[in-house]
Amino acid sequence: MTTEKDNLRTTIKEAIDSQKRPTVTVLSSLLAIQDSIGYIPEEAIEEVAVHSNTSINSVFGVASFYPNFRFTPPGEHSVEVCWGPTCHLKGSTELLEVVLDKLGLASEGDTEDGKVSFRFNTCLGACSQAPVLSVDHELYGNVNPDMADKLLGDLDQRKTHYNRSK
Amino acid sequence: MNYEEIASRAKTEWDAMTNGSVPLIRVGTAMCGHAAGAFRVLDTMKKHLAAKGIEANIQEVGCLGLCYAEPLIDIKKPGKSRLFFNNVTTEDIGQILDEYLVSDGYPQEKIFGYLGNEGPVKDEVSLESMPGLKLQNRIALRNAGHTSPYDINQYIANGGYKGLNKALSDMSPSDVIDEVKNSGLRGRGGAAFPTGVKWSFLVGSPGPTKYILCNCEEGDPGAYNDKGILESDPHTLLEGLAIAGYATGASNGVVFIRHGHEGPIQRTEKAIEQAYESGLLGKNILGTDFSFDIEVALTGESYVAGEETALMEAVEGKRSMPRYRPPFPAAFGVWGKPSNINNVKSLSYAPEIISKGADWFSSIGVNQSTGTAIVCLSGDVNRPGLYEVPMGLTLGEVIDDLGGGVSNNDQLKLLQTGGPLGGVLGPDSRDIHIDFDEMRSAGAIFGSGGIIVGSNRVCAVDLTRVLVAFCQFESCGKCFPCRLGMEHLLEIVERISNYDSKPGDMDLMKSVGGTMEAGSLCGHGQLGFGPIRSAITHFEEDFRLHIEENRCPTGSCDRSKIVPKNTRPYATDHVIGE
Repeated sequence: MTTEKDNLRTTIKEAIDSQKRPTVTVLSSLLAIQDSIGYIPEEAIEEVAVHSNTSINSVFGVASFYPNFRFTPPGEHSVEVCWGPTCHLKGSTELLEVVLDKLGLASEGDTEDGKVSFRFNTCLGACSQAPVLSVDHELYGNVNPDMADKLLGDLDQRKTHYNRSK
Repeated sequence: MNYEEIASRAKTEWDAMTNGSVPLIRVGTAMCGHAAGAFRVLDTMKKHLAAKGIEANIQEVGCLGLCYAEPLIDIKKPGKSRLFFNNVTTEDIGQILDEYLVSDGYPQEKIFGYLGNEGPVKDEVSLESMPGLKLQNRIALRNAGHTSPYDINQYIANGGYKGLNKALSDMSPSDVIDEVKNSGLRGRGGAAFPTGVKWSFLVGSPGPTKYILCNCEEGDPGAYNDKGILESDPHTLLEGLAIAGYATGASNGVVFIRHGHEGPIQRTEKAIEQAYESGLLGKNILGTDFSFDIEVALTGESYVAGEETALMEAVEGKRSMPRYRPPFPAAFGVWGKPSNINNVKSLSYAPEIISKGADWFSSIGVNQSTGTAIVCLSGDVNRPGLYEVPMGLTLGEVIDDLGGGVSNNDQLKLLQTGGPLGGVLGPDSRDIHIDFDEMRSAGAIFGSGGIIVGSNRVCAVDLTRVLVAFCQFESCGKCFPCRLGMEHLLEIVERISNYDSKPGDMDLMKSVGGTMEAGSLCGHGQLGFGPIRSAITHFEEDFRLHIEENRCPTGSCDRSKIVPKNTRPYATDHVIGE
């Protein structure tokens, strides 16, 4: 009988093995896993270490260095607010206040019901449309607090980004 | 197949598409379009056309530079010019399609202008007469907004891979390097080092495996021109990389992109695939002895990964921390092989420099800054955009003519240029020319091309706090002057912005900054004090008000201050299993 843990391990191995780019590294494997299941569980650290023939410590050293990796399962939806200088000048502070208030958070993290994961982003890359917010990796520009409020209110109607059943 | 055959086939295809009997609809879906809602409009458009049974050829294109008009859609009907509709929404796309595709009418309030030799459809203005396009001279972005990044033939039909073909058939590698040297092209990543000279460092390094790395980490807030090129016209970069490979004797090219920037990643990978299929990459390119491979490597989110040796660490899959030099990359680079690192923009100029010649390129621009500047104009300005203009324009022309002036009729207060490690300029900076050397001597840098405009509603202390917070967040932690210095600087700036400064704080900042400059391993720490120094120089009064009068001139510092702190391993205790 396969357990949930076994399934997780299988998914992780698949993510590592199905990378299409010719050069496979610790970082590329970790990114592939993050893309597949949305986070880096302990099993992933072990599998990447085995696959890359290196130590658990060095794999975790890489994973913990880049802020886009997370180590617990993500919420069904991801919300990111850009705090780069342009977005800051164009009102990301007001946006952050609304978003954090609506999600009941004080800073980065997951909502109490675990449905939404919120994080800051140093630059979402669309400065000409500042302030920018992303919901499930879809960008929204020129966002005012009312729009942010509405976007978060409509979260339930969105499809989830990460296919966690895979 | 030789180049002429490929080109003539591509041209036939292009003519059929642009002058055929089916209307051609182009939708700008670069990041600016994406954020403005272009994908939602595209979806609605496809459904609408299918429901009404209207036939049309839809092409996704990149950024025309006029980001303020996004989502920007243009329709080319047979025998007519391209007609542009701006700020299109899912609500009004149906009406535009119904009216313009069925008859010649359209909703007047959505019309932007026309482009093409056929003249206006009714009485629209020409896009070329608008300052946003008139002042531009697009070289690296020559195809952006016109061709689909997903189709190599559209690139080839517009002269693509002509430069590579010319280099391979008529020029020796040293001719190519001389041509690039003579063009005066300087690196567009920030340091402005002559590109041809940089390439020549790799020539003498032992092969057979040598790398040309292309840096599209672009974590700079305020800059989006590298991503803009990759999303709009990835082949110009691939062609430039191959030319650099030929000139330097390199065997491999790596395009290094930040994870999460799906548009640039997908489009570049698709372009690489198509270039291999067409025999423009891989073994014996265009039937010559030259072979060259290109792949994409992703980095996690890390601004320092844009530093050349940190980039090599990330390509190898490690933490993106800078290496000690020497050995220099030309001797010991990625995977221990000789390497050369170039910015996307620098490489993207190469195809046109080779096909049109060094003299043509050096005739554009001013002094020691030849060619064009790819400006990312954002902030408090009426027409933010991605403008490729000749070097030598003044900052005033950029803000007022291209950008349409400061928004809300406010006064210009500051300009933040060159990314978070660049500098802050004051309201008297309108006469400064975009020239690498002139901007450096003004205490700012042109850097990668970001220009953030701040109006008189902006507090210099507040902006400085965010810039320092960014630099602190992104410090990789390898060397202590940067790791501790950034934290210390942030502490002091936060203190000032909280009206809680201590006597001597200004001098303390300068002293910490001096240590960072002298003792940091890479540019991040060496230049990290730059924004503060220039902010203090130009906006001493803002700092004084916070320190002596406990008030902020604009009230910005009275708002909540939510910024993330560095979460890299040295700052927190991540323990597996907890």
